[in-house]
Amino acid sequence: MSDTLNLTLKIWRQKSPSSTGKFESYKLNGVSTHMSFLEMMDVLNEKLIKENKEPVAFDHDCREGICGMCSMYINGRAHGPLKGTTTCQLHMRHFKDGETITIEPWRAKAFPVIKDLVVDRTAFENIMQAGGFVSVNTGSPADANSILIGKTIADEAMDGAACIGCGACVAACKNASAMLFVSAKVSQLALLPQGQVERTERVLKMVQTMDDAGFGNCSNTGACEAECPKEISVAHIARLNREYLMASIAGE
Amino acid sequence: MTTIDSKVPPGPLSEKWTKYRSTVKLVNPANKRHIEIIVVGSGLAGASAAASLAELGYKVKVFCFQDSPRRAHSIAAQGGINAAKNYQNDGDSTYRLFYDTIKGGDFRSREANVYRLAEVSANIIDQCVAQGVPFAREYGGLLDNRSFGGVQVSRTFYARGQTGQQLLLGAYSALSRQIGKKQVQMYNRHEMLEVVMIDGKARGIIARDLVTGKLERHFGHAVVLATGGYGNVFFLSTNAMGCNVTANWKAYKKGAAFGNPCFTQIHPTCIPVSGDYQSKLTLMSESLRNDGRIWVPKKEGDKRKPIDIPEEERDYYLERRYPAFGNLVPRDVASRAAKQACDEGKGVGPSGLAVYLDFRDAIARLGQPVIAARYGNLFEMYDKITGEDPYKTPMRIYPAVHYTMGGLWVDYNLMTTVKGLYALGECNFSDHGANRLGASALMQGLADGYYVIPYTIGEYLSGEIMTKAIPTDHAAFADAENKVKERIDKLLSIKGSQSVDDLHKRLGKVMWDYCGMARNEEGLKKAKVMVQQIREEFWKDVKVPGGAFEFNQELEKAGRVADFLELGELMIDDALNRKESCGGHFREESATDKGEAKRDDANFAYVSAWEYQGDNQPAKLNKEPLVFEEMHLAERNYE
Repeated sequence: MSDTLNLTLKIWRQKSPSSTGKFESYKLNGVSTHMSFLEMMDVLNEKLIKENKEPVAFDHDCREGICGMCSMYINGRAHGPLKGTTTCQLHMRHFKDGETITIEPWRAKAFPVIKDLVVDRTAFENIMQAGGFVSVNTGSPADANSILIGKTIADEAMDGAACIGCGACVAACKNASAMLFVSAKVSQLALLPQGQVERTERVLKMVQTMDDAGFGNCSNTGACEAECPKEISVAHIARLNREYLMASIAGE
Repeated sequence: MTTIDSKVPPGPLSEKWTKYRSTVKLVNPANKRHIEIIVVGSGLAGASAAASLAELGYKVKVFCFQDSPRRAHSIAAQGGINAAKNYQNDGDSTYRLFYDTIKGGDFRSREANVYRLAEVSANIIDQCVAQGVPFAREYGGLLDNRSFGGVQVSRTFYARGQTGQQLLLGAYSALSRQIGKKQVQMYNRHEMLEVVMIDGKARGIIARDLVTGKLERHFGHAVVLATGGYGNVFFLSTNAMGCNVTANWKAYKKGAAFGNPCFTQIHPTCIPVSGDYQSKLTLMSESLRNDGRIWVPKKEGDKRKPIDIPEEERDYYLERRYPAFGNLVPRDVASRAAKQACDEGKGVGPSGLAVYLDFRDAIARLGQPVIAARYGNLFEMYDKITGEDPYKTPMRIYPAVHYTMGGLWVDYNLMTTVKGLYALGECNFSDHGANRLGASALMQGLADGYYVIPYTIGEYLSGEIMTKAIPTDHAAFADAENKVKERIDKLLSIKGSQSVDDLHKRLGKVMWDYCGMARNEEGLKKAKVMVQQIREEFWKDVKVPGGAFEFNQELEKAGRVADFLELGELMIDDALNRKESCGGHFREESATDKGEAKRDDANFAYVSAWEYQGDNQPAKLNKEPLVFEEMHLAERNYE
């Protein structure tokens, strides 16, 4: 197997939120298979800068799969072809020599494009601000071990808490639904004793904010789970639906 | 003229904080409503401070350069958070955590601050659990603990291999709640580019909206920086790509002294460099050293596969050299030992700059499922990056820049030498001395934000209740904005031939080669000239495409690298001045017969607090003597 690849990159270029975007193609040769996908983008950008062209804007920060900042739609899949992987953790050894790679931003009404591959995910912030918390002020709460939580419940809560808020679930869904994102947080806090007091109010407010932001309905296809870099299960959506139903009845 | 007064309260060490808290001046709730606080940075320290201050009733504005406060680099901390809970009944106590931290920091931190940190550590865990942070639990429902490098008790709380993420999301949830209540105004995708000074006090900032490029003026009665570390001065580090020194550097240039800039932590367990395109290094959590054994082949240049090297031909050098602590020696010791092994030609992998971290014995002892439960996500991450399966073949690891103990000098109140300007978390110098222990960064960030600043800021703000919000058309704001604008225009006008990354990589290499794991006078002097040359080249030949009033990531980078180019020289000055070895700062001229770091307490038991004297002028060195009332200065011994 050769250690380098020659690639054609078909990349979405869009100057600003209001301008019309289009695909542009770039040739990039001698890409090491050990590079990460974003390092490949760095190499492309360095080349563009040297050619007096404008580099491609893309979001990225930690480059270790946890900050949730990177957000590329690669060959029709959120974060590319590898299961359970963010774009920054995707390496070029998973691509073939001579391949054309199509790179787009997240596409969703609730995530408008800022520039090129960068989108605005403020809608997620609004959802969190509506109820993604336990209302405790900093102070002197009870000793941590006074709340007993079984390992199974703690692990299940952790599965939901692992969400990195990248938005791949929205990008992958044909309805651009944010159900997986919302359910991960609702589920975490519904499972834990600390979340019980605000359980009803929380789910109603978060779902309301989600709907207001213009996310679509759940498509029930499970595309979100398939593309989630943290492999968060749609079982959380089932729990969200139960929580919402119960809260709606209780709220009436 | 800067005065270095640590303002440590009088009285016995164990009573200082309690007494301080009970007697510190307060701001009454009606006055808090009129007082505005700016918080820059939204990691553990920034988010916890902002949320806690807002809960108290202050009006808070928070700035972060990412698109959400949840993305700050605290998120990437893997291993855990220390707290003196003694849940494991293994003899832990506030005093022992204090003792371990002072010793781990090689006696270069301030006793009173560290004691306070150890004291509030237990509260942090309670607070996080109350927020719903899903820490690991035992089957009986109690919290689980693990042990970490440099200590002999199990006091580390964790949430799988992503403790930083869960703690940050806890602080972020508290912050989000306050944003929702409009008690905090959040400015995402904003970068602070100047501190505004009025009558000798910090009164606001100039920030750039990174989407539109517009410069904004923001007033605050006080400004709190929680902007993290400057490890990216080395280009390659485990820091996120955006981590920078810019906010701290602007503060430094406004008179905030910079403490111990040369104290850098090189983390022993990172994935080795694979090529010159490399953009960052990935840490493998130190918790792996609980079960992994570190070794190199005994024979130089042994190119056999690790599994083909028989037991008797392996050198488990940490276990051999430090039998009491073995693979769990502190980070600086483990890193230097790895470098020594590689310098002797025993390094492994294609570059020869790596050692093995082997789980074979742990898997045999505990079974693969147990190892997978403990480290599964780390093993997967390693596999994704390298294409190798650590269940089958040992990991290859090498030290990498990870954390900076140095930072803005602060007093007991966490105030810098500029009135009204505070520094929290990694961006201050305060608690870790010359070396930080594992799982203590998260502890410090949250201690500063949840439990220290809410009290100590009152000391200053109680004197500010009569100060009305200063309108941002004040001349000081206009001047500061103009300076920022001029600098941006300058960066864009050079239109040279080298990219920002080209120059940054060169700076990084100089810093790593001469101001990295081992330093000596000759090398440092050489490096100083090299950094000056790169800086000169930068301002003549950097190429920054695009314009000022648009989303321009190259422009953002250029501003940060320009500051790194100045910081690099200060780090070198500090390393030159400190002729002793201590913690992560290893001066080759100052070593024991066994090659360990040799401190010089007679001459260097002080904090260096460097004071800016103007561009291209040597900075002035102020010293804060370190007085050890509780601890005896002793040679650090992990054998």
